[in-house]
Amino acid sequence: MSDLCRRDAMKRLARFGALAAAGGLVGPGGPALAQDDPVLAGRPLVRYPEKTDLILLTSRPPQLETPMKYFDRAITPNEAFFVRYHVFPIPLEVDLATWRLRVTGRVDRPLELTLEDLKTKFPRAAVTAVNQCSGNSRGRFSPRVLGGQWGDGAMGNAEWVGARLKDVLAAAGVRQGAVQATFDGLDKPAFASVPDFVKSLDITRIMDDPDILIAYQMNGAPLPMLNGYPARLVVPGWYATYWVKNLSEIEVIDTVFEKFWMRPGYRIPDNACGCVAPGTAPARTVPINRMTVRSFTASPGPGTRVPAGRPVVLKGIAFDGGYGIQEVQISTDGGALWCRADLGADLGRYSFREWSATWTPSQPGTARVMVRAFNRIGESQGREALWNPAGYLRNVIEQVDLQVG
Amino acid sequence: MRRALLPGLLLLVLAASALAAADKVIPMPADHAFATLKPGPGVEVTRQQCVSCHSTDYIVMQPRGSAKQWDGVVTKMIKVFGAPVNDQDAKTIVEYLATQYGN
Repeated sequence: MSDLCRRDAMKRLARFGALAAAGGLVGPGGPALAQDDPVLAGRPLVRYPEKTDLILLTSRPPQLETPMKYFDRAITPNEAFFVRYHVFPIPLEVDLATWRLRVTGRVDRPLELTLEDLKTKFPRAAVTAVNQCSGNSRGRFSPRVLGGQWGDGAMGNAEWVGARLKDVLAAAGVRQGAVQATFDGLDKPAFASVPDFVKSLDITRIMDDPDILIAYQMNGAPLPMLNGYPARLVVPGWYATYWVKNLSEIEVIDTVFEKFWMRPGYRIPDNACGCVAPGTAPARTVPINRMTVRSFTASPGPGTRVPAGRPVVLKGIAFDGGYGIQEVQISTDGGALWCRADLGADLGRYSFREWSATWTPSQPGTARVMVRAFNRIGESQGREALWNPAGYLRNVIEQVDLQVG
Repeated sequence: MRRALLPGLLLLVLAASALAAADKVIPMPADHAFATLKPGPGVEVTRQQCVSCHSTDYIVMQPRGSAKQWDGVVTKMIKVFGAPVNDQDAKTIVEYLATQYGN
């Protein structure tokens, strides 16, 4: 391990020690051994079209989780990228001869764009960005909450290429008084009474951010159908709920859009931590937005046997909501001493940042590897999990247990 | 000459129409059996009503809960998600869930 190590402040340590002694607390993160993981237990690996073996959360609408072994590298392969749809039926067929992206509402020139239009009439822009479900790791909330009981694999990182949303809106000519744009995809519910999955962003947010894309390329290839073919919204730094897949309609409106998936869906407590006391309800909420700082150890996987006295290379990724990762630290002594990991290539402030560290376990037995990250504005991860009733924003310090000897 | 060309032209037309039909088509896998509902009174009504919008894994993965929790869930499906479920069936579903997936 790097010699750049430092000890945590005693106050925080004491607090952790007291908690651990009081409640039989295993540690801050989830269960550390894969085979003991109650969130993933009993869930089969399945292979959906254009996908490799992913962990099944739900069949229909499909929700598929990426196994943690893919997070030892910065770029998540398209075939391993997680899937999350909200309503059924989902689009199973796209004909580019008839597919159009419509831009309507408070614009001077409504547009009907073909995929070719998107590719040729607007400058091509690229961004490498993390796409993470708002409810990633919801299954680990305590007390538990209703909703998709994800483990930690509802996330992925890709290089997205497409047209800038601001360029498309500028071509349509956003009128004075426009407040938001709404985004709708080809997924349409079976019953008219079921709220269609439609999301919104502020016009000011869109026009200020050249990295928001209508992406038609993912890691150098067309998007898999289940990740949004032929084009999806990419909103770097913000949770995946805004990254509308199989995009087909953009409407510019002069109000704040408050249909189900913006309100009451996908809301967080209106305070600095986005959290409330466990089991309580927030007085006021706001739409979920920027992602919190997270980091994971992907290799060796939980429960791996490693020899004592020989160096082990630890690998994983870290990310945040767009400030960029400044530092990743690991602790192998329960969180007293934290040592700086080596960072991999910087693929931009919205990307997974690879990290690695070499550690030589000394004692046979179970060894716990904890990891935490800091972003460029000093935000980090806590030892105790924050709680909110929807199971969003999880970013507690994670850990894996390895068997030494 | 015309005869010789015809099969080639036909092939071209067929290829073009196949391309035009759809650029990407995927099959929808069947619901996986790992999340089959537990047997018990009301299981058929529950299955029939719920699977028109989603597979049963959406149910079985949820935390165990009281009749109050499940009543809340079923009410949300009807009031918020517009599930066309009548009062009698809703009652049956809540009783089934609270019994088989209660805490």
